[in-house]
Amino acid sequence: MGRILAALPILIALVFGAFFLWGLNPDRDPSAIPSVLISQPAPEFDLPAIEGMDTPGLSRADLAGNPAPVVVNVFASWCVPCRAEHAVLTRFVERDGVRLFGINYKDKPKDARGWLENLGNPYEKIGSDLNGRAGIEWGISGVPETFIISGDGTVLYRYVGPIVGEKAEEEFTTALVQARAAAGAGS
Amino acid sequence: MRKLLFMAVLLVAAPFVVQAVEPDEMLADPVLEARAREISKGLRCVVCQNQDIDSSNAGVARDLRLLVRERLTEGDTDAQVTAFIQARYGDYVLLRPPFKPETYALWLAPFALILIGGGSVIAVISKSGRRRAKEALNSEEERAVAELLAEEERSRS
Repeated sequence: MGRILAALPILIALVFGAFFLWGLNPDRDPSAIPSVLISQPAPEFDLPAIEGMDTPGLSRADLAGNPAPVVVNVFASWCVPCRAEHAVLTRFVERDGVRLFGINYKDKPKDARGWLENLGNPYEKIGSDLNGRAGIEWGISGVPETFIISGDGTVLYRYVGPIVGEKAEEEFTTALVQARAAAGAGS
Repeated sequence: MRKLLFMAVLLVAAPFVVQAVEPDEMLADPVLEARAREISKGLRCVVCQNQDIDSSNAGVARDLRLLVRERLTEGDTDAQVTAFIQARYGDYVLLRPPFKPETYALWLAPFALILIGGGSVIAVISKSGRRRAKEALNSEEERAVAELLAEEERSRS
């Protein structure tokens, strides 16, 4: 009994030490919000096209029954990081053959049109989410956010913030490669 | 003078009573509005994190407030409204975490710590009490001491 008691302080120190090691890990982001959407079917939404644009609108139906995983990107012309991310997404589409869908979040149609004319339009379809309701369905906390959706319409991955920089790009492409491999293995 | 004082008080108090809920968001029905406010106070703003959506000026917080009111006017109960938002944003939006296996440690750790702490305090106290009892004199020793004292008394007088 006495020996156990003597070891107790060391035991407590070990428990606290492990907790601090976990808590102070620089790679841990305490403000990261776990998404409830992962492994769930993509949420129900139906968005019209951006007013005055030929690119069709986006709905839940477009995300199901695809032969390969697709990417859904939430963007807005007023979002500065989106501008930087736009080049990366365009590269994904042109180089890797990614099918990219867009949700234009709380944007004025005129601004969105100008932005896409100016930078180019890598999106196959764009839904115009004027009041942000579809954004809530997707559980987004800001713009940009990017999701990888499997062929059958299941959300596989969520990236919060712009996919800009080596680390972010690598993280996203890794997830995409995994999604494609899973689709290849499943079919 | 009194008017001036009143104005000064108002000025000082203003930052504390200013609210994020804007008049155009509010419901005409005061009962529903009160319920909406109560629900909003339990929902975390996903942008500003440790603020409830009732007091947050963030765009998403405003959208969620409007959504809460929309659900209420459609006849949802308070629990249904909270569940609706929880289904989209997860347990994270609840400022009061639910009691379930993943949160047992969170809810029960304080009681466990009190138990351990209280237990050790009681153990230490009872141990020292027992030691004092052991160190006390038994009746034979008491008699010997009394004799010695009596002898001392006699020799002095």
